[in-house]
Amino acid sequence: MAGKPSVGVFKFSSCDGCQLSLLDAEDQLLPLLGKVELRDFLEATSASAGGPYDLALVEGSITTAEDVERIMHIRKESRTLVAIGACAAAGGIQALRNWGSMRTFEAASYPEQKVARAMEKSLPVSDFVKVDAELRGCPVSKGQLVQFLAAATRGAKPRFPTNAVCFECKRVGNPCVVVAGNTPCLGPVTADGCGAICPSFGRGCYGCFGPSDDVNLESYVSWLQSKGVKREVIEGLVRMFNSGSKEFRRWLEGLE
Amino acid sequence: MSRKLVVDTGALARVEGEGSLWIEHDGADVRSVQLKIFEPPRFFEGFLKGRRVEDIVDIVPRICGICPVAYQVSALNALESLFGVEVDEQVRRLRRILYLGEWIESHSLHIYLLAAPDFLRVPDVAAIAAIAPNMVKDALALKRLGNGLLTVIGGREIHPVSMRIGGLYRAPKRESLAEMVPEIDRLRETMERMVRFVFSFEKPSLKRDPVLVSLRNPNRYAIDGGDVVTSRGLRFPPSSFEDNFVETEVGYSNALQSHLKDGTPYEVGPQARFNLNFEQLNPVAKGMAKEMGLVPPVTDSFQTICMRVIEAVHALEEVREEIEAYVQPSRSHASYQYKAGTCYGVSEAPRGLLYHSYVVNARGQVERAKIVPPTAQNLARIEEDVRLLAPQIIGAEEKEAKRLSEMAVRNYDPCISCATHFLNLEITDFGKITKDRD
Repeated sequence: MAGKPSVGVFKFSSCDGCQLSLLDAEDQLLPLLGKVELRDFLEATSASAGGPYDLALVEGSITTAEDVERIMHIRKESRTLVAIGACAAAGGIQALRNWGSMRTFEAASYPEQKVARAMEKSLPVSDFVKVDAELRGCPVSKGQLVQFLAAATRGAKPRFPTNAVCFECKRVGNPCVVVAGNTPCLGPVTADGCGAICPSFGRGCYGCFGPSDDVNLESYVSWLQSKGVKREVIEGLVRMFNSGSKEFRRWLEGLE
Repeated sequence: MSRKLVVDTGALARVEGEGSLWIEHDGADVRSVQLKIFEPPRFFEGFLKGRRVEDIVDIVPRICGICPVAYQVSALNALESLFGVEVDEQVRRLRRILYLGEWIESHSLHIYLLAAPDFLRVPDVAAIAAIAPNMVKDALALKRLGNGLLTVIGGREIHPVSMRIGGLYRAPKRESLAEMVPEIDRLRETMERMVRFVFSFEKPSLKRDPVLVSLRNPNRYAIDGGDVVTSRGLRFPPSSFEDNFVETEVGYSNALQSHLKDGTPYEVGPQARFNLNFEQLNPVAKGMAKEMGLVPPVTDSFQTICMRVIEAVHALEEVREEIEAYVQPSRSHASYQYKAGTCYGVSEAPRGLLYHSYVVNARGQVERAKIVPPTAQNLARIEEDVRLLAPQIIGAEEKEAKRLSEMAVRNYDPCISCATHFLNLEITDFGKITKDRD
């Protein structure tokens, strides 16, 4: 990589929160921007230089035919493409519509139905193009994002978490909310990276970082049920921000 | 001939993806203005149906990463009023500080990172840092403070995790907030120059007489709840919202548009709050506004950025007072029982009034959800502004025309900021289309 790496930040169907995490890196923002050649980042700049990009950060899920064309184009222009956040990595909260009739959802939001607005499903970026890396979370962890960018600008290999949230709970010294209070918690089956925020606040993890490696959701759910937790409550947690991830989806499909 | 080309705009939007502004004129008069939102719909109201009411407060913030707390507060106001939950005074204070943190974060983001580049004619904040480094340093410090408040009370800046029906999952120790006071006081010292910086921008001007709509709270500057008031002298409770405003689909946009019952567009946000609730601003904020000569009525939409910075001063002062008065409660949440019924909740998101309504059954499940975000309420008004601004836009050079049009939209700090930050301006004058793809 000669000179500064060229970076593009792109948005698809999403809440903007993951891109905002980058702007939320207040202290590191200007130094980081100084280390890259920012070629496209709509949320932050009206200057737009176009590709090619050494690194493309992609937020949001693919939900329209136009999105499909655009993500293919971005892929073609990018050396490394990274999906940032639960929408890009797993289809996000809007993938909940994949489980129902799109028509029903459309009717609830747009009673007059004047235009056909989106595809039947909200899908992860990796369903359409090769994704070189994923940063998980709803939203992504600002720390992980900054660390990733810092590594990328140095040409270093960034580290990605693979453990479950439980490891982070132990690290910060949280008492286990399941053991101590029979609180439904997805911590054992959810990827770490958030810092175990929810258990630190005395509530169960709601799985916003998606499944951790090698999860056995059914086995864990049976155990939770033996502790008196209702299956529908657990299902509600799984059917939230990462229902489109492979492991969560497979378990949910088993329920139908 | 021109009409055929006009229909073609859909294809253009596909190139750009998100929002675009479309103006048709004949060199003198404007024929049509359309603000098209291509942000694909996400159907929140649909998939809330059938969910447990407890899930709402975790799901609705995902509508907007910039104002998640607003979504949580409007939802909680609705549900807690239905269940008759009495939220502890100190817990309400924490929620208020959380909301003020979001205001500070969102306002500083908009003023210095998203809007200031327009006024200073540069592409972004990095370019401002090159000409006014200390100002950017102050702005980022203010933004960081807002995020710090969100993190202490909510666990993280975006999509905080602490809100629940009846209160919060955890109430922080007094020290956790008290230790932020020195930084708050340091920032309070910087606010005067931050205000002067914003007021010093060279601004276009736009004469207009919009209907303004905001909340009003008898006790203080309305943020976390209140009645709805309008500049036409109406005042009504949140439950009458849908009797007074109508939402309609427009064929060219994925966002619904709101109007008064008689079809008049209206405006929510800083301009409405500032004009309708000026007397309730904190004395420091009010004093600065008066010193700078900004006193209601002010209805020029290019002045909204000034009102936003005055509101940031207000928020900072109020945070200081609330932290002073905070005592950690013994219990961070109250219990509640499900009750079937229809409920209504409102609050003032940084960009304006946010309305929620839910129909809930006796088992605690959502049967119907309706959410009216501030930006949808402002869309028709934005189009009206662009129409009024048209003589200036039509007469200007292409680059300036684009800048003016984008600013007219950005004055409202729309939730599609990122999209409108990259407006795709087309000016059609009989057969000749100017397509600007940047």
